[in-house]
Amino acid sequence: MDTLLSQLFAGLSLGSVLLLAALGLALTFGQMGVINMAHGEFMMAGAYTAFVIQGLLGDPGASLLVSLPLGFLVGGALGLLLEATLIHRMYRRPLDTLLVTWGVALVLQQVARDVFGAPNVDVAAPGWLSGAVTVGGLALPKTRLFILALAVVCVVALALVLRATPLGRRIRAVVQHRDLAEASGISSRATDRLTFFIGSGLAGVAGVALTLLGSVGPTLGTSYIVDAFLVVVAGGIGQVKGTVIAATALGLLQAFFEYSTTASVAKVLVFVVIVAFLQVRPQGLVSVRTRSLA
Amino acid sequence: MRPRKSTGTTGTTRTGTTRPVVASLAVLAVAALSACGARVDAASGDASASAAAGCVDTSGDTVKVGFLNSLSGTMAISEQTVHDSLELAAKEINADGGVLDKQLEVVTEDGQSEPTVFAEKATKLITSDCVAAVFGGWTSASRKAMLPVFEANDSLLFYPVQYEGLEASKNIFYTGATTNQQIVPALDYLKEQGTKTLFLVGSDYVFPRTANKIINAYAEANGMEVVGEEYAPLGHTDFSTIVNKVKAAGADAVFNTLNGDSNVAFFKEYNNAGLSADDMPVVSVSIAEEEVGGIGVDNVEGQLTAWNYYQTVDSPENDAFVKAFQAEYGKDRVTSDPMEAAYTSLYLWKAMVEKAESFDVADVQAAADGVSFDAPEGTVVVDGDNHHVAKTALIGKIGADGLIHTEWSSDEPIEPDPFLEGYDWAEGLS
Repeated sequence: MDTLLSQLFAGLSLGSVLLLAALGLALTFGQMGVINMAHGEFMMAGAYTAFVIQGLLGDPGASLLVSLPLGFLVGGALGLLLEATLIHRMYRRPLDTLLVTWGVALVLQQVARDVFGAPNVDVAAPGWLSGAVTVGGLALPKTRLFILALAVVCVVALALVLRATPLGRRIRAVVQHRDLAEASGISSRATDRLTFFIGSGLAGVAGVALTLLGSVGPTLGTSYIVDAFLVVVAGGIGQVKGTVIAATALGLLQAFFEYSTTASVAKVLVFVVIVAFLQVRPQGLVSVRTRSLA
Repeated sequence: MRPRKSTGTTGTTRTGTTRPVVASLAVLAVAALSACGARVDAASGDASASAAAGCVDTSGDTVKVGFLNSLSGTMAISEQTVHDSLELAAKEINADGGVLDKQLEVVTEDGQSEPTVFAEKATKLITSDCVAAVFGGWTSASRKAMLPVFEANDSLLFYPVQYEGLEASKNIFYTGATTNQQIVPALDYLKEQGTKTLFLVGSDYVFPRTANKIINAYAEANGMEVVGEEYAPLGHTDFSTIVNKVKAAGADAVFNTLNGDSNVAFFKEYNNAGLSADDMPVVSVSIAEEEVGGIGVDNVEGQLTAWNYYQTVDSPENDAFVKAFQAEYGKDRVTSDPMEAAYTSLYLWKAMVEKAESFDVADVQAAADGVSFDAPEGTVVVDGDNHHVAKTALIGKIGADGLIHTEWSSDEPIEPDPFLEGYDWAEGLS
């Protein structure tokens, strides 16, 4: 029973990490249809932001709290720059976007290597996040609880923005029907930029959170980018709800497969499940239905 | 207004925009895969041609040697440090008059963390640069890729990293530890400490799998029980499940053969799960001084390591080595076992050449037996039969200062036994 519960927690926790990594993609890839291979590198930028801030402030607790919003701004700024210089030129050419952003990803990795050096660096977790909370004999690491909470906060915040603000209304309008939205007086250009800013910013936040689990290196993002795309594709494009369900499901699957087999086999099994699922339901778990004929 | 079910035109619109996107992801995956396999044949093809039976030019004042380390890619973190200490050794030797009165001319090549590139660059160093010997390599995959190149061209490689044993090429000198100088002493130490149960955690590739085979055989013969064996893919960063398994198994100690970044995630998870060095120590064979900084001292303080050299080794040779290294590369740099073994390898080659009074490969091989060097780790002696060196095993404890302090020592050099022929329990392993 204990192992079942602790695996349940491990799965939810892994799901929350996947969710944080994929949430920004759900916006930029899911809503805008941009394949941004540099998304992982925005996470890496967020993680290095945490490292730099910790170097400046010293206190791990304060620097984590400062890093989260700052990581959002750094990731967002990078995203905005990428969107304004490259991506907006190729909105209707997904394959070109893929290659260009992959190139950008490689450049960003090398920049990080040149600036921070090849060896990985460590960001210390604050004292109030070390150790575990024991609930009924079950030890729940505080860092993982924190990431779980952070993922929930990010999802709720994003859902609120999309549903309850004029900006969210504009984003949804542009996604559902770009021409009609423009005809109604919405600047789709400005909306695209803002959407990309928020999506990339979320990657930055995810990067800051990841410093609690592992070390920070130039290739931090590459290990998450494939999983993040899987989550968005499996979840269904264009819906945050699908991303949340898919991330949780994949996290749980991975954790339980891994417990009954091994880490390598679990990875394979998860891929098999996703492939089989997409055969049955190519549009993913949740899909937006529009009447657009574009 | 919502249509009831996405059929007809509504359905096709959606997939119409989705498909190219998914398809292009697949294209990328295929592109990445094929890039990995592209260069496989180049090296073996050249090697079998066996063009140069020694084009080494020793007529001038200089002699060329090749340094082949990964200066880019995922292994650059570790191999750059080895390269630095090789450069230091070359500089010292040149300042001291060179080898047989010839100055060393170093040719540096980048292995790019790709075994196939290692083989390619080794061929280039041997046949086109005509170097007298090559120093480098780190992963077993890179060594296995280079081995046929050195054998076909009858040239010399000095390999400076501890490895899984079960190999002895006459064209390779292994200056790092083989299993009976690192893993077996670590197990002896654990046994001495009263360890009855072990949990094995490793990365999923050749070194950990072979090491764990040896550990299993040892445990069976020595009344220890292996209560779990887990492998994570290289680069794996989520260890909550594996740590759960470790915790549930409740072993006396954990034997860790994880490599690279995975160690960080593993140890953070280990501490967060409430496990500590006091109740379940982790013995690692891939964490040296250089890695401790990246993992974060807090995460590994008090844990054990098994090596043949630590920066804290107390000897005049080591003091000189550490001082010289820090003078060259900065006060904040640390020295580690593979760096020391690389540094030593250049001096060992020098001693072999001087004993043979020749740079010729056959002469050097003939002279190798019994060649010794007062290395920072202590005196090391080359075994002419298996081309390994006798080394003292040291179990260390990671201190709060980020350095590793010797906890236990085999006190005298252990003769290398790469095929574990001297151990009854190891029968049938190779």
